Amino acid sequence: MELVTPHIGLVFWTTISFLILLFILGKFAWKPILSAINERERFIEDALLKAEAAKEEMSRLTNENEALLKQARAERDVILHEAKKVKDQIISDAKEAAHTEGARMIEMARVEINNQKAIAMADVKNQVATLSLEIAEKVLKQQLADQQKQDELVSQLLREVKL
Amino acid sequence: MNKKSILNSKKIKQLLISAVFIMVAIFPAISFAQEKEHKAEEKFNPKDVILEHVGDSHSLPIFGSIVLPLPVILYTDKGLEVFSSANVREEEVGGKSEKKIYQGKYYTYTADHDKILVADAAGKIDKAASKKVWDFSITRNVASMWMGMIILIIVFIGMSSSYRKRQGKAPKGFQSLLEPVVMFVRDDVAIPNIGSKYARYIPLLLTMFFFILINNLLGLVPFFPGGFNLTGNIAVTLVLSVITLITVNVSGNKYYWKHIFAPDIPLWLYIIMVPVEIIGIISKPFALMIRLFANITAGHIIVLSLISLIFIFKSLWVSPASVVFVVFMDTIELLVAFLQAYIFTMLTALFIGMAVEEHHH
Repeated sequence: MELVTPHIGLVFWTTISFLILLFILGKFAWKPILSAINERERFIEDALLKAEAAKEEMSRLTNENEALLKQARAERDVILHEAKKVKDQIISDAKEAAHTEGARMIEMARVEINNQKAIAMADVKNQVATLSLEIAEKVLKQQLADQQKQDELVSQLLREVKL
Repeated sequence: MNKKSILNSKKIKQLLISAVFIMVAIFPAISFAQEKEHKAEEKFNPKDVILEHVGDSHSLPIFGSIVLPLPVILYTDKGLEVFSSANVREEEVGGKSEKKIYQGKYYTYTADHDKILVADAAGKIDKAASKKVWDFSITRNVASMWMGMIILIIVFIGMSSSYRKRQGKAPKGFQSLLEPVVMFVRDDVAIPNIGSKYARYIPLLLTMFFFILINNLLGLVPFFPGGFNLTGNIAVTLVLSVITLITVNVSGNKYYWKHIFAPDIPLWLYIIMVPVEIIGIISKPFALMIRLFANITAGHIIVLSLISLIFIFKSLWVSPASVVFVVFMDTIELLVAFLQAYIFTMLTALFIGMAVEEHHH
């Protein structure tokens, strides 16, 4: 029974001591400790949030860069494609032009050749005429000398002359 | 190898730790053995020894038979009386305890089983006058409580100053040892039970937790400055539970009181429910009081009984068995020390939480 009977002295001192302890620790220990812990927790949370934001910003920038790159690539492709088309166009145009020019030149050459040929023919004809005249002259000269011979000559010459 | 590295080496540390544990385990046996040497013939009475230990005393045992007398403060119907307990200390002379009589200012005092009583000049106890004397002495338990308090104040003010010194840095040393415990009380005891209003009660809960814990732990240390049964004293647990009772009922909101005096039940049930709820106000802290008292006292009684076996059998050969069991019990008591501090704080937080809870009917 002695064990379960609270002793007034100990009750009194425990009450006083506990309240003093509560006051001292509350004021000088728990308050600074908990506020420091809270502050640190806030700081950590803040830092984590900031890190998260930085990460997001980073990924946003990366995405942007990628998009830009993609766009640039597409533009390059378009430009290259166009350039190729232009090149092909130019080449085909040049080919066409060369072809027509060639044809024109051939045509011109042909005409020239024909002309030259005609000229040459005319020349030949002139020469033949001249020659004929010379022959005729010679024949005439010889005819004047000997009729028979003249005839023979004319016929011989005529035989010889081949056009 | 310099001095520092020798001290730091793991083997030495382990050796020291195990040496301390062995000391702790066998110390009660040694001090008891010394105490009992000079009255070997007398029949050993374990009940007296155990009850003397788990109770309170007017003198503070320091080491072996060295005892520090404590001040006796008496509030009598004529005024305050203060004197040293050495004046009335019972002394063993030739195997018989001899009473001392002290002539105070108002009465003559003597001690019977460490209880200060009023007596006449011849040493005859005056029971009627003794009842009028209130004993406010600084007893062994008060002294041990103050030692525990000093430890708490030094440790936690030191801890808070290291927060100031190392602002914004990671905790270090004692700070990092105790911070998880403080955080545990806040995050696992206060917040889940009380909710958003926890901040007002956290100083009380922390103080309660560490007060009970340090005194439980000091109670496990078998030599000075420990070895007292403070948290196993009904007066201490009474005060702690009354503090819980007052805190809970002072912070009780209208829903709490409505739940007690006007619950949403048929009117005829009020005859049963209201008295039950009113009893519940008292019985909850009462259970706290008994739980802490019984757990700690039981632990002390078991450890002392195991040590007493050596003297009951009057054989040193019993001591290995006793020591093994005492070490085992001390290990369990170490768990109980933390567990009871946790349970007391947790239930206090729970009761406060029930009192401040906002209902949405």
